[in-house]
Amino acid sequence: MTDQQQADLRHDEVAAGTTTGLASPSVDATDDRQNSLWSDAWGSLRRNALFWVGAVLTVLLIAMALFPGVFARGVDPRACDLANSKARPSADHWFGYDVQGCDYLSNVVYGARNSLIIGVFAVAVVLVLGVVVGALAGYFGGFTDGILSRIADIFYALPLILGALVLLRVGPSTDLPIISDRGPGAVALALALFGWMTAMRLVRSQVIAVKSSDYVAAARAMGASNSRILLRHILPNAVAPVLVYTTITIGVLIAAEATLTYLGVGLQRPAISWGLQIAAGQDSIRSAPHLVLFPSIVLTLTVMAFIMMGDALRDALDPRQRA
Amino acid sequence: MTLSDIDSTGAAPAVPGASLLEVDDLHVEFRQRSGVVNAVNGVTYTLAEGQTLAILGESGSGKSVSAQAIMGILDTPPAVVRGAIRFQGRDMLTMSAEEQRKIRGPGISMIFQDALSSLNPVYSVGWQIGEMFRVHQGASRKEAKQRAIELMDRVRIPAAAKRVNDYPHQFSGGMRQRVMIAMAIALDPRILIADEPTTALDVTVQAQVMDLLKDLQQETGMGLILITHDLGVVNEVADDVAVMYAGRIVERGTVDDVFTDAAHPYTEGLMKSVPQVEAKGGRLQPIVGQPPNLAAIPSGCPFHPRCAHRRLGAAAAPGRECATDVPPLRLVTTGREAACHYSEEVLGA
Amino acid sequence: MPDAQPTGATAASAADAAPARDRSRRGETLLEIRGLQKHFPLTQGVVFKRTIGHVRAVDGVDLTLHRGETVGLVGESGCGKSTVSKLLVALEKPTGGSIVYKGKDITGLSGRALKAYRREVQIIFQDPYASLNPRMTVGDIVAEGWAVHADIAPKKGRLKRTQELLDRVGLNPDYVNRYPHQFSGGQRQRIGIARALALQPEIIVCDEPVSALDVSVQAQVVNLLEDLQDEFGLSYLFIAHDLSVVRHISDRVAVMYLGSIVEEGTDQQVYTTPSHPYTQALLSSVPLHEPHLRGQKDRILLQGDVPSPADPPSGCRFRTRCWKAQDICAEEPPALVDRGQGHPAACHFAEARTVVPIEVAE
Repeated sequence: MTDQQQADLRHDEVAAGTTTGLASPSVDATDDRQNSLWSDAWGSLRRNALFWVGAVLTVLLIAMALFPGVFARGVDPRACDLANSKARPSADHWFGYDVQGCDYLSNVVYGARNSLIIGVFAVAVVLVLGVVVGALAGYFGGFTDGILSRIADIFYALPLILGALVLLRVGPSTDLPIISDRGPGAVALALALFGWMTAMRLVRSQVIAVKSSDYVAAARAMGASNSRILLRHILPNAVAPVLVYTTITIGVLIAAEATLTYLGVGLQRPAISWGLQIAAGQDSIRSAPHLVLFPSIVLTLTVMAFIMMGDALRDALDPRQRA
Repeated sequence: MTLSDIDSTGAAPAVPGASLLEVDDLHVEFRQRSGVVNAVNGVTYTLAEGQTLAILGESGSGKSVSAQAIMGILDTPPAVVRGAIRFQGRDMLTMSAEEQRKIRGPGISMIFQDALSSLNPVYSVGWQIGEMFRVHQGASRKEAKQRAIELMDRVRIPAAAKRVNDYPHQFSGGMRQRVMIAMAIALDPRILIADEPTTALDVTVQAQVMDLLKDLQQETGMGLILITHDLGVVNEVADDVAVMYAGRIVERGTVDDVFTDAAHPYTEGLMKSVPQVEAKGGRLQPIVGQPPNLAAIPSGCPFHPRCAHRRLGAAAAPGRECATDVPPLRLVTTGREAACHYSEEVLGA
Repeated sequence: MPDAQPTGATAASAADAAPARDRSRRGETLLEIRGLQKHFPLTQGVVFKRTIGHVRAVDGVDLTLHRGETVGLVGESGCGKSTVSKLLVALEKPTGGSIVYKGKDITGLSGRALKAYRREVQIIFQDPYASLNPRMTVGDIVAEGWAVHADIAPKKGRLKRTQELLDRVGLNPDYVNRYPHQFSGGQRQRIGIARALALQPEIIVCDEPVSALDVSVQAQVVNLLEDLQDEFGLSYLFIAHDLSVVRHISDRVAVMYLGSIVEEGTDQQVYTTPSHPYTQALLSSVPLHEPHLRGQKDRILLQGDVPSPADPPSGCRFRTRCWKAQDICAEEPPALVDRGQGHPAACHFAEARTVVPIEVAE
């Protein structure tokens, strides 16, 4: 075939291609730049309103955790007056007062730091543990999978709260970093260590499904290394369900901290956290419902913010979802 | 209209040549959020007793959707069906759902490409074949099983009496397709629609299944609509062929005529692009481009972007510009219809 | 796209080393497969797995591939032809036998030597929807081989070379930033071909490359494969169940049944004088396209199903469905040798028989 014929054929195909809904006139300008999944994902995230709502909320919450004084209108959360106990919200004190007669707005604002540290740190550990262990078990299979899956099974047998309880009880008597200090880091780590298994199972099953696909075979036949296959081919196609799972889990973990406190091993007063506030407010839910209402609203907003960002990220990482 | 009417039509003696099914200007579109997909755009044909009509087309040509519309198995919405489908003179599209249901099975039945997913894995095949008799004719369990064995014999499943209690996964692909055929012919339908019945099968098994279908047709005199993309299968099995492209019939005639000398450029292109087993042949001559997107069918003749015979602009005769004027399906020679402005040039080319 | 010209001439530079090194050496033996076996263990139980038998997917395959030649491997589903392709590109490890490539047995290779082999023997898959990573751009997919084998293409010009390759396989070079789901089946198969081509391989194993495509698109891809072979001196192992396509593209054809090769020869020998009963039955089942040839072929309808490869018949594998079977067939597996038909057939009673009418006038 001559070059001319070839060019003609290609021209015909491109022309005919217009009927396949493919060659829309807005042909991508390549200008010597090649897009990758991540640059395209960012491009798609930027145009996603859901992502921006979630991101703005998250930035607000982080600012709250970093500079609580600004958001608490300068009120000290520990300056209390029992005379104001359980006072309802008013124009001056938007969230009212708690049982001790402390300004509740500043308490909720100051609670952001501990709660966010616990939620985000715990979820990060869950995500890392789940993805790494799940990917290794699913990809290598056989003996590796047997060992890792049985370890996960052992952790499954221990209830989340019971496991965290034991760890936090024993923690202070050890000299392990983080665990020994009973701070929010210890609580987060305790929750994560007993809550990563579902994420691992999700990743593992996805990895097993993706592993047998032809494009992974093609990469192997090309001589690609295991790490390259895992990072470029398998994980991008396997992380979607676990992203959704972990963003929802953030709320569960923040609330679980309250249970630990109730059991006497979580954060203790005078530490401030939403979990503590919700747990304490439950006692007086009939006389002062706002004590449960306000921390719950902020907690819900936090969880929503992460879910929105997680959903947006999942869609952005799936080219088929893009317009 | 009562059930007994249907039963009597179902058992009516075969009159070769009498018109069984008339499909008249059939349109099917799928309304989706992203737009309207025009799957079938005005298909007209008739099927007579004892006739084998092949509907030849590629994926997206509308060949399967038109058959599903006849069977009434499209979900409406999103599908919208217009036109008329007359079974023994009565339009099925204007009937109640209940009346339609009485025609399916005793009147028209269908077999599909994927026999495994069409069979329920938790019931034995004998039970599934017998279900036809229990539901439609109120047969007892024992009687249904006996007739299931007879049917399995008829579709030449070896040791039918022994295998009647086996489950679908215990059968090979070819045997499963036979089970499907047994279920389809259980109520002696007047019309059997076979949608790519052998595409998933190996050639040696394909030959067996095609032989079986031909023999069954000869025994019962039913009309057979064979939907396929395989030119060889059409040539060996069918009497007449309708070639579909972009939801339209672009050429229709006897297989001998159409395969010997195509009147539509698409048919001609298909014949030339397919290698043959009887000769090595020279370089293949493919049709350029890709099959059309049904959500954006090209204007004028839908085949014109890929056509070697197209005439655009000033080169075209008045009213016969390929990119603007839709060619109607018209008689080009005796017994031959084609939807091309320039069929006379394609013929003999 | 300002810089890359969409012509075949510049595209050739994408694999510039390839065209020079062949032609003169056309015909030399590249690949030699001897007694290749792959048995998959059949296991029972979840925690304590025990082996209860073996599926003999490939059981003694001999095959030779010369430079610049296309060998067709035909057979029905379950005959093991896809396993052969996986063994060849080292996606599976053989149970026995040898695969000698350029004089070196590659069955035990690992590490760098295996990587070097993989660069030279590439594969094209059947399903164009499953063989491309949905989350990678077309440019990334085609260029991935260069990320693995960095010496083929310097980092700087990769985008340009990707575009040249896309152009060469008949795709718009501006599509580098698109994702696989935006393409039709035929176009995706071209992307898969470009990916294989990027490594400048010697051999491409084509595993049913056109059987998932529409009829009118199949011919485009077959022609493309033929052009690329001429241009780059490639050798193909073309695996398919479609006997017409195999005859069209192959120089030599091997017919496989239940894990082993039953007949081998040039396309002319196998199609006009088939000598193994299975080949004869297979050929006689292919529907013909010419109305005037209808009914003229010698019809052989096989009875029964293919036996399970976990429990193949003794002696000749085909004897359970063969109309010529004698006692000896159950006792002694027939060797794949020429019994006077001019080409080898694995049948004790091999006998040439024309089943497909020969087209006189072309």
